[in-house]
Parts: sequence; C-alpha cells; structure tokens
Amino acid sequence: MPADPLDAIVVGAGPAGAAAALALARAGRSVVLLERGPFPGAKNVYGGVVYGRVLDEVIPRWWEQVPVQRWVVRRSTMMLTGSQSLSVDFRSEAWGTVPYNGMTVYRADFDSWLAGHAVAAGAELVTSTVATGLLRDERGVVTGVRTDRPGGDLRARVVIACDGVNSFLAKEAGLLPRTAASHHTLGVKEVLDLPVPVIEERFGLGPHEGVDIEMLGATGGIPGGGFLYTNADTISVGVVVSLPGLARAKVRPEALIADLKAHPAIAPYLRGSSVKEYSAHLIPEGGYDAIPRLAIDGMLVAGDAAGLCLAAGLWLEGVNFAIGSGLAAGRAVTRAIAAGDTSARGLASYRRDLESGFVLADHKRLRRAPGLVLSDRVQQRYPGMICDIAEGMFTVTNPRPKPGMLRLARSAARRNGIRVGELLRDAAAGARVFR
Amino acid sequence: MATVEFRVGQRAHITVDSDVCRSCTTKDCVTACPADLFAPTSDGGILFNYEQCFECGTCYQVCNSEGAITWTYPDGGEGVVFRHG
Repeated sequence: MPADPLDAIVVGAGPAGAAAALALARAGRSVVLLERGPFPGAKNVYGGVVYGRVLDEVIPRWWEQVPVQRWVVRRSTMMLTGSQSLSVDFRSEAWGTVPYNGMTVYRADFDSWLAGHAVAAGAELVTSTVATGLLRDERGVVTGVRTDRPGGDLRARVVIACDGVNSFLAKEAGLLPRTAASHHTLGVKEVLDLPVPVIEERFGLGPHEGVDIEMLGATGGIPGGGFLYTNADTISVGVVVSLPGLARAKVRPEALIADLKAHPAIAPYLRGSSVKEYSAHLIPEGGYDAIPRLAIDGMLVAGDAAGLCLAAGLWLEGVNFAIGSGLAAGRAVTRAIAAGDTSARGLASYRRDLESGFVLADHKRLRRAPGLVLSDRVQQRYPGMICDIAEGMFTVTNPRPKPGMLRLARSAARRNGIRVGELLRDAAAGARVFR
Repeated sequence: MATVEFRVGQRAHITVDSDVCRSCTTKDCVTACPADLFAPTSDGGILFNYEQCFECGTCYQVCNSEGAITWTYPDGGEGVVFRHG
C-alpha cells in the first residue's frame, strides 16, 4: 500500500474512476485508484455502445489505440410482438470513419485501457482490493477509506466514489438509500461466438463495422427492452428489465433471453452460434430525479454510483456519462485542493461543471423520459399497434380494395386497447419529454 | 454457469436469515436472481449459494424484508470475472 496522506483516493477503476484518476494525475496530484476485481473491467457489463466523443479532449486520436470490437455504423430500432417486427434502420458512412461516433467493446479491455492511461499519467492502480468503508474524522468529514488489505486504511484529502451501481460508499455516506428497486433495471446478456465473415454477411457489415439493435416489446410484458450488437467475432444479445417488473412477473431472466433468441426476427441472426459468456448487472435508470447529492465534505460521487446512466428510450448511454462525470470530479478535486478547501462547498464546482456540460444537461432535459418509456402503452401496446398498421398496409387483400390509412390506424389502435385520447396525450407527452 | 469464470473465495459474501424468509410471501429473489442462486426450502426458508454470484445486487434490491439478505462484495480479487462484459 502506498504511503499517505494522498491527494485523492478513487474507488473503482471503471470508466468514471479511471477518468477521475487520469484528470488528477495529469494535474500532478497523488492519486490511488482502487479496484476490487483482479483487473479493471472484470466486474463490469454494458449494453451496447461506447460513445467516444468525451475522450477527444483527454486522449487525442484515441481511436488509433482504443481496444475496439467494431465501429457502429448501423443503429436499428425494432418493435416486436410475438409474431411481428418492424425496424427503423439507420446507417451512416460517417460513423465508420475518423473521428467515429460509437463503438462496441469488451469492458475487460476498454476499462483496462482507460485505467492504463491514468497509470501512465502517474496514478497508482491497486487491484484486488475492496474499499470496505469510509474513514471519517470527528466532524464527519471523509478522510479516507478502509480496505480489505491488512493494515489497509488509506487516507486522502478527498475520496471519489466510483464504486458502481451498488455504491456501498455512497450508501454509507447517506447519499443513496439502501435499496431502490424502482430506480434500477437488470441487464442480462449472452455473448455468442460466430465467425467474422458470418457476422459481416448476416448484418451487412464491412470489416470493423458494427450494428447496434435496440428492441421494444422484447421483454415478455415486463417494462424494459432488448438489445443485440456485434463484436469482432461474437454477438452480444440480451434484455434490460425493470426490477419490480421482473420480480412481479416471476420469470427467470435467462428465460427472457431464451425467448428473445427464439423470436422469428432474431433467431436467424444467431443460428449456429454457441454461448461464450453469460453476464448480469444492475443499471441505475432513475434519471435526473434520482441523482443523489454529489458532494459532501471530503467526498464526491461519480458514474453509476451517482446514478448518471442515461436511459431515455431513444438514448441509452452510460460509459460516456461515467467518463464525463469522472473527468469533472477529478478537475473539481484539483481545484479544491489548490484552493485549500475540500469541504462540500469547496467541491461544489463539480456539480456546476456537470450542469454546464452534457452530463446533467442531458439528464435534466430528459428527466421525464424514464416514466414515459417504461409505461405500459409505450412498452406493449404501441409496438403492437404499429406492427398491426404495417401489416395492414402491406398485406394485399384482393379482391377487396385497400382499407385506407385512417381505418387501419383506428382498428389497430382498437385491437391493441389504445384510445385516441390516450394516443394524443402520449404524443403530447413525448413531444414535451424529448423537446 | 460453465461460461463464466469465478474465483471462489472462502468467505460467503451473501448471508440469508431464513427466519425472516419464512414470513416472506413473495420470495422474489428466487426467480429474479440471474444466477439462480436462491431456492425455497420445504420449511419456507431460503437455501442459497454464493459461489457463482454475478455480484449484480438484484437479490437484495428486490427483497422486501429488511435484513433478510445481507450482501457485500466478495474479498478483493475474488468472485466473478467477466471477459466479454
């Protein structure tokens, strides 16, 4: 263990922690980056795409060295019923060339790579070490962490908790409730191996090009969504479901993946593959209104620990929000130490930074999205209605003449239990939420 | 789960107080746990194992009785290791 006192201890070497440690080390501050896994990323799972723009300012030309699986050039949104599917499929050549938009990665590789940049800048990475609790002085100011190493108390001017969705440090500090099932979803994922040429033929991809498919109506009536994305020689497929919904449904998460894999619109993509890894992780999806206080005396919270994952229907982003918040936390601590004030007030520039940047600006703008996106109508009835309209439009009923769009829409709405008033109200709500 | 690497530690990082579970009517942990670690026993309690835990936290989040499931992280370096997460 390194000698204290340190300028900062960052707990968790995921993207938030690595970014925080990177910012601090670049500013010449002494920083220890603690990781409970044997290497950064060993405990981490994500659902599809890492958006790299946030890296531009800290790692110039990062795309030349990042451990990417595929550059996402196709983004597809799919609505499913038991026997139908309708896709909106977007493809852009721009996303497949410098400076790129999104990429698929393995978190073991990506998180280790980002933490490696923090180490190169002078941060000390200590793996296989759990921060088991906070050290506080008699006034309650956080002064360090207890670890599960013998004699493993570590002291620092500031602790940055980047210890993930279950953040026991934020809970101990009273920033997060012990449980909040309604603010969390469970993601489960299978990684299936397939030869590179098969993946590229099935999904219409060139070398190094990838697709990300997000699905509605793919979760057996439980609020959530499905996903499928391509890696170099594997496909990742899974579902994300609301925790209370999952508990109520009494369905096993593996069964939801099995049903998705067997769907007639998905099964052909996966034919001949075998399971390489099965994984699961919680996701904080409470949105803006569930974000805790971000600073107390001697401590900041960033990344999933602060609930900063953006799950707003059309936009599903987490890793970039973790990196953005980690960088801001590292910079705020640097400023606070320079000013000689690491109290909550001295650390307040963290929140201001997040509010003026994308992290809290996006969260604030989309604060009503989780409620709308997880509503029963958006989850179940609208996909059914839209698929029924499409089926009615493209089914030729000769010798009867075509039915006309209005009649089709009315009967599809009726069949799926949607009243016109609800439809108009939801359309207005959608316009407000995504304005 | 033969498809995931686990470095199993000596200490159980999950403990269950079956006395509390006996009065639980929902037992949501049994179906919700993605690693299928919880099983109901004939006397109304819960049998569990910790060795193949994904460390996701679903069990204690869905548990409706305070104190039935105590959940911490495994010791440093132990537990699940995802390679393709």
